Amino acid sequence: MPEAADGALLAVRDLHAWYGESHVLHGAGFEVRQGEVVTLLGRNGAGKTTTLKSIMGMVGRRAGEIRFDGRDLVGLPSNRIARLGVAFCPEERGIFASLSVGENLLLPPQVREGGLGVAEIFELFPNLRERLSSQGTKLSGGEQQMLAIGRILRTGARLLLLDEPTEGLAPVIVQQIGAIIAKLKSRGFTILLVEQNFRFAATVADRHYVMEHGRVVDMIANDELQANVDKLHDYLGV
Amino acid sequence: MSEIFGIPTQALFGQLLIGLINGSFYALLSLGLAVIFGMLNIINFTHGAQYMMGAFCAYFLLNKLGLGYWWALLLAPVIVGATGIVIERLMLARLYQLDHLYGLLLTFGLALVIQGLFRNEFGSSGLPYNIPKALEGGRNLGFMFLPNYRAWVVVASLVVCLATWFVIEKTRLGAYLRAATENPALVQAFGINVPRMITLTYGFGVGLAALAGVMAAPIYQVNPLMGADLIIVVFAVVVIGGMGSIMGSIVTGFALGVIEGLTKVFYPEASNTVIFIIMAIVLLVRPQGLFGQR
Ligand SMILES: Nc1ncnc2c1ncn2[C@@H]1O[C@H](COP(=O)(O)OP(=O)(O)O)[C@@H](O)[C@H]1O
Ligand SMILES: [Mg+2]
Repeated sequence: MPEAADGALLAVRDLHAWYGESHVLHGAGFEVRQGEVVTLLGRNGAGKTTTLKSIMGMVGRRAGEIRFDGRDLVGLPSNRIARLGVAFCPEERGIFASLSVGENLLLPPQVREGGLGVAEIFELFPNLRERLSSQGTKLSGGEQQMLAIGRILRTGARLLLLDEPTEGLAPVIVQQIGAIIAKLKSRGFTILLVEQNFRFAATVADRHYVMEHGRVVDMIANDELQANVDKLHDYLGV
Repeated sequence: MSEIFGIPTQALFGQLLIGLINGSFYALLSLGLAVIFGMLNIINFTHGAQYMMGAFCAYFLLNKLGLGYWWALLLAPVIVGATGIVIERLMLARLYQLDHLYGLLLTFGLALVIQGLFRNEFGSSGLPYNIPKALEGGRNLGFMFLPNYRAWVVVASLVVCLATWFVIEKTRLGAYLRAATENPALVQAFGINVPRMITLTYGFGVGLAALAGVMAAPIYQVNPLMGADLIIVVFAVVVIGGMGSIMGSIVTGFALGVIEGLTKVFYPEASNTVIFIIMAIVLLVRPQGLFGQR
């Protein structure tokens, strides 16, 4: 395991999490520095989503240490964590059917200064502008994903937790999402990205952590990725 | 004397008015149930008792503190709503993870306890509550006599129902409520204090019941069992409209009141059962209710 560097925006150490009786994370540890894009790779069921939900305070019970900007998040309810500047885009996207596209977009409250304006969000996701009054779930899968990302950019959150934003989307849309992640990085957002598609991950991330059975088992810098392709294939079972 | 379908117009419009009055209470009460069910996933059987508490609250405000109808209209929903908040925090909050049935049993039990306590204290013959001075009397519309207080009840109930609908369907606060109904965990992860929102929603729904109770006091008197009979009909209204639908509960409430009134004119034998007959038919043909989804 790499040493925790000082100045990490997010430092997770010895993280355990449970769903009821079932113990899902077994001492996961990693860190994300200010302005980095870092991915969590791993097979289905490795605990990637649970890790994001643990950071966000959305699992029933968790233990260990989750330091964000110097504060320990373990024990805080998710609404307090959001107010500290962490935002979550769930794997199933979480678009609300009873809300219009516009209402979905404006739903997450602003938690601090420095978020994107609505005009800037439309620049990133031009499709959304024309669909503002449609029902949120009437959008295509790609548009729903854009909406799910777009709505957390307004809030002023500095750390974005994106859970498999490319899952099930056509290659052109995956490319668009890659470009958007690059833009967000250049605007200073820090991003923790869960991916199964490491070829996509390689185009956007600085570093990659590999998860297995609720633990982080490896870290690979993006420029060493090519040299480690075989090992990754092993980890991911592709 | 003029007639429609062989019925004197006077009687027809009189029953129509009674239907609208009953419909006003059906709508207010089923709206509260819909709001509570949407957020808490609990079928609030205490609703009838809370309606009765609203009427008693008006009675006490008048007889102990000298505060009249208009004060009661303002204060009773707040006071009874606050007791609802205590109930939610102490009891209902423990049941959200469980099946609907537990919430139903708890609130049903609470209703029996509350009604029992009031009946021990005040017996079951009604206590009088007068129509406020400003709304005494009525006007002759030519085809019928319209008592002012009854007109007020219909209008006020309609305004409250539509305002509630507007807040829920058209405002930012309402967007939080609708979103939290679908996926509370995610709404909370956006930074909203969802548990507090749930508590306040229950308080609001109970407040609506209390408001209906105050409005009912001058019409039906103040009686410990006034909610017990009414709530059965209101649940039938809710089943017909579709549990959880806001506009559905308003429209169905008024419509069934009117249908009940008309039945009294055209086929009085069925007037007490017509709502339950409609309920049975709706359950067979469209189990999710007329306005319900899924
Ligand atoms: N709500 C839940 N209740 C119980 N077990 C769960 C729940 N969600 C996930 N799990 C289990 O936790 C483990 C990790 O799941 P998850 O974090 O979703 O993995 P990943 O996102 O890496 O595919 C899996 O074994 C999964 O079956
Ligand atoms: Mg997952």
